[in-house]
Amino acid sequence: MNNFNILKPNKENLNSFILIGTFFITLSFIDIFSNTFLDLNITGFLPNFLSYFSPLIIGVFGLHLIRIEYSGNKFLDRINSSINSNFFNSVLTLFIIFVLIKYIPPILNWFIFDADFAGSTKQDCTSEGACWVFVKVWLKRFMYGMYPDAEQWRINIAFLILFVSIGFIFLLPQKFKKYIILYLLFIYPIIALNLISGGVFGLKWIETGAWGGLSLTLIVSAFALIFCFPVGMFLAMGRRSDLPAIRYCSIGFIELWRGVPLITVLFMSAVMFPMFLPDGTFMDKLMRVIIAITLFEAAYMAEVIRGGLQALPRGQYDAGKSLGMGYWRLHFLIILPQALKLVIPGIANTFLALVKDTPLIFVVGLLELAGMIGLAKTNPKWLGMAAEGYVFAGLVFWVICYAMSRYSQNLEKKLSTER
Amino acid sequence: MSNIIELKNVNKWFDKFQVLKEINLTVTQQEKIVICGPSGSGKSTLIRCINRLEEHQEGQIIVDGNEISEDTKNIEKIRAEVGMVFQQFNLFPHLSILDNCTLAPIWVKKLPKKKAEEIAMENLKRVQIEDQALKFPGQLSGGQQQRCALARALCMEPKIMLFDEPTSALDPEMIKEVLDAMVDLAKAGMTMIVVTHEMGFAKEVADNMIFMDEGRIVEKAKTNDFFANPKSDRTKLFLSQIL
Repeated sequence: MNNFNILKPNKENLNSFILIGTFFITLSFIDIFSNTFLDLNITGFLPNFLSYFSPLIIGVFGLHLIRIEYSGNKFLDRINSSINSNFFNSVLTLFIIFVLIKYIPPILNWFIFDADFAGSTKQDCTSEGACWVFVKVWLKRFMYGMYPDAEQWRINIAFLILFVSIGFIFLLPQKFKKYIILYLLFIYPIIALNLISGGVFGLKWIETGAWGGLSLTLIVSAFALIFCFPVGMFLAMGRRSDLPAIRYCSIGFIELWRGVPLITVLFMSAVMFPMFLPDGTFMDKLMRVIIAITLFEAAYMAEVIRGGLQALPRGQYDAGKSLGMGYWRLHFLIILPQALKLVIPGIANTFLALVKDTPLIFVVGLLELAGMIGLAKTNPKWLGMAAEGYVFAGLVFWVICYAMSRYSQNLEKKLSTER
Repeated sequence: MSNIIELKNVNKWFDKFQVLKEINLTVTQQEKIVICGPSGSGKSTLIRCINRLEEHQEGQIIVDGNEISEDTKNIEKIRAEVGMVFQQFNLFPHLSILDNCTLAPIWVKKLPKKKAEEIAMENLKRVQIEDQALKFPGQLSGGQQQRCALARALCMEPKIMLFDEPTSALDPEMIKEVLDAMVDLAKAGMTMIVVTHEMGFAKEVADNMIFMDEGRIVEKAKTNDFFANPKSDRTKLFLSQIL
């Protein structure tokens, strides 16, 4: 063996370096595994600090030995170029792998393997993991809030109709699509509201204070989403208007609502707003909250859409005008379709923020999913269940938001007419 | 023949900078005018004033009997009768070529969709891109896009066509196909005002030439006279540089 220097791997002694390097890497993995799963610290004889980082140090040394450029071995070259190209990358690679090995199993244990699923009281939760019994027992409340058990079928049917209608949008040919969308935007909300609130067709009246849980999250989000979009659009157009009165009103509105925290807006809507109403008139709390969220998010939406309007070249306005289009036709046929397409990511952002802002309606006493969990965890029989509850809420919100995010990405792809 | 466009003592300022100075111009029906001049001389501003994409501050602009001013309520109607082709094509990128051509006829002239499509296909055929009708603007070459822009303007069946440097943004080899389409249009008897540096086109098509510099019309003459013996020194200098 000529030129063999353990610190300077070279191609001539390729095989020996691979052998020694692999040995060290294996050693580091054995160390971390025995540490994590067998409670056995094989480097325990070292000082504390060194012992903690020993797998990393051994592993990085091993990776250093196999870092041989143009070795001719395809597999080795690929590893070297992608995860082991220099000292820093090798540290990063091992660090990430070790963190995953060390922390994924305990999390999985808490979630599934050590968790309790069976039973109906807190006392059934005997193991160390999560107590999903809590979620199971309270699931109805998390879904429907204080809505009476006997009437919950009404909410189910309302949402069933919604999902079936949305299904039809995808199944039916283009020609019927716009009718279903119009129906979903204008007729369905009335049907659903009447069905859920009752008071007509012999259905029992259920006041909005009893609504709650995930269904309330979805109701508030859906209405706010539908309304904040057009309001934001007109505000954006207003802010770019040539008429000073409209322009300054829009600027004032947007800056006012953007400058106030949502929680204050909600509080005002519940406490202050009724004072301005004439005596004897009454506006439902839920409706006030939806209006407040709508206007709040509309201000953000307006700025997002204005960004899109500003990104369009002036030539598009010129071309539309030169074809004899007035302000509204120009905007609805040419400017807005392009501007909105440009800002789909921004619109999706605002929509996601809106959905995740809904838990704040607890300040006016409305309890949607997160609020309901907050209530359940203070129940004397179920104290100490906050982690399970909020993890569950987090998962549900994540599923909803991820679905919306994916949909917006699909929409972006579908509407793209670039080459 | 009757005057279809009249400009009387038109002045225009961008803030304090005067871009148009005392412009007087009459265009008769079926007349073809080519405007040339150095950049920044106000050529584009002048023709953009004719369909009020720019506003003039003084003087009168009369198009087809209607004076264009601030309180013209039917500016959209006048614009619908004046077609325009831009340097940057300005096609609508979110619509197919066919939809680009039918959009205004359907929504402004209120034609039924079928009729609008018929007219669109006719005009696309006229500029020889009928086989591209279902593509999107981004999929076409510059020359094809500009011809589509021409077809789009023609679909409104305008009485006057304005061209704002229609070939300046094109690759040299695509200029000819656009100019050919414009020559055909001229032969069909359209009233045209063209801002261009294509002097070959001007010689072939124009009835009158206008040379502008620093916001003024320096010289207006019959095409042959303009090229054979230009009167002003500024025109001579300009022609010597571009011919």
